[in-house]
Amino acid sequence: MQHVKTGEMNGPAALEVAAVSYSYGTKRALSDVSFAIAPGTFTVLLGLNGAGKTTLFSLISHLYNTRHGSISIFGHDIGRASGEALRRVGIVFQARTLDLDLSVYQNLSYHASLHGIGGREARQRIEALLQSVDMSDRINDKARSLSGGQMRRIEIARALLHRPTLLLLDEATVGLDIQSRADILAMIRKLVETDGIGVFWATHLIDEVDDGDHVVVLHKGSLLANGGVTEIVSATGSSSIREAFTRLAGLDAATAAGAAS
Amino acid sequence: MNTQPATGATTTRPVNAASKPFGLRSYLVCLKGILVREGLRFLNQRERFISSLVRPLLWLFIFAAGFRQVLGVSIIPPYKTYVLYEVYISPGLCGMILLFSGMQSSLSMVYDREMGNMRTLLVSPFPRWYLLVSKLLAGVTVSIAQVYVFLAVAWFWGVKAPPIGYVFVLPALFLSGLMLCGLGMFLSSMIKQLENFSGVMNFVIFPMYFASPALYPLWRIQESSPLLYQICLANPFTYAVELIRFAFYGQVDWISLVVVAACTAVFLAGAIIAYDPSRGLMNRKQDTGGNA
Repeated sequence: MQHVKTGEMNGPAALEVAAVSYSYGTKRALSDVSFAIAPGTFTVLLGLNGAGKTTLFSLISHLYNTRHGSISIFGHDIGRASGEALRRVGIVFQARTLDLDLSVYQNLSYHASLHGIGGREARQRIEALLQSVDMSDRINDKARSLSGGQMRRIEIARALLHRPTLLLLDEATVGLDIQSRADILAMIRKLVETDGIGVFWATHLIDEVDDGDHVVVLHKGSLLANGGVTEIVSATGSSSIREAFTRLAGLDAATAAGAAS
Repeated sequence: MNTQPATGATTTRPVNAASKPFGLRSYLVCLKGILVREGLRFLNQRERFISSLVRPLLWLFIFAAGFRQVLGVSIIPPYKTYVLYEVYISPGLCGMILLFSGMQSSLSMVYDREMGNMRTLLVSPFPRWYLLVSKLLAGVTVSIAQVYVFLAVAWFWGVKAPPIGYVFVLPALFLSGLMLCGLGMFLSSMIKQLENFSGVMNFVIFPMYFASPALYPLWRIQESSPLLYQICLANPFTYAVELIRFAFYGQVDWISLVVVAACTAVFLAGAIIAYDPSRGLMNRKQDTGGNA
């Protein structure tokens, strides 16, 4: 198994993960993972199911306490200054997190209140964001009545309500049809271009990786590669990121094609 | 530290007032949001609302009516005359609503910690203790609303307290509810194998309920079993019921107040310290080897 680390950054990191390990009892989920991503970039966290992506997300979002290593967001340690760190982050979890019994507006309003935003300001932000994700006409509908893709768009709008500078998305396109996947991905990439928001996009789908992306490859809890697509491809002597991933993870071609496309 | 950062343009987007600390207003907005959401959820789940009322009403309509003649109650404080058995058990039934509702909402906070709603709450930038206490307050508020609906039905059934008692009982209900919610969360955080609500009913809720003056006065328990009497005295729910009972008559049972207040503080502190969002998931991952 090869191990590739490439790339440099000028300036402070949007996210810095340093020597992080995590275990569920005796089951090791992450082993000495270290990387950093720059502000305003689209970074893909690539790994098969069980690679440790969701565990890493749970640590970055402070759902779990970081026992070994450290994580900081724009210089704020998630353990010691979790409030400051979390104010800068918008999160879209892999599992659906909308309250199905509440309306779209009530869901978003609740999230706004969790960031200390209330009253007219919350209303204005909600209306503007729903417009930007083309969901204004569903503002009073119960979340239960939305399709999977629509729920995801609402969750993305919700994650942007408090105007974060780093957006974390954990397998945001899982369970969606091809068109919805493409729409969501395009929407997120546009955010990076137009608003300068940094995005950390966890996926097991290699076809969601673009040539210009920064990629962090995680496999069985270990970091295998960290750099630009072209750098990783070149460093592994591969012809594509798919082939590079296959080599890094020590997979056979059929496994890689089946699991990560 | 051997981190390898990515390359990329520096964002031009201003950070959203992130350096400005939250003020009191922001904290109140957060609390209000959690309270409103809990209320909306409760109103939207009519089955939950109805089932929460059925249990105490069954006790009132059937159990109390059936045992009225068997379980006589002598004149004991705060009562100044003989009272119907239905009147005697009403404070205990209020406590029962708080007990079931509080335990249920607290347990869901613990066992849903890796699920959507709690995740959304826990990634808020407000301090975790504040979020948990706010969630508990919201649960208590909903429980109290259920108690008042029960009291309204009981009133039509002829079970009436002095009018002012319905006001005085509010702080007693609030404090007792907070204690029971805190206890539920504390227990759930401490006991790893407590996997479902029926287990809690058998090992916590029913023993607490029956080993208390909710259904019969303590002097009767003392006559029949001194050991059970001591157990009742060690049961925090005993003091919650008595606090509520005296409050209905505009009185304060100071011993109950002190015990309930102290237990509330201990249980809340223990719950906040022991709360670990990864605990439930940790057990499951070890058991199943699920996705990391």
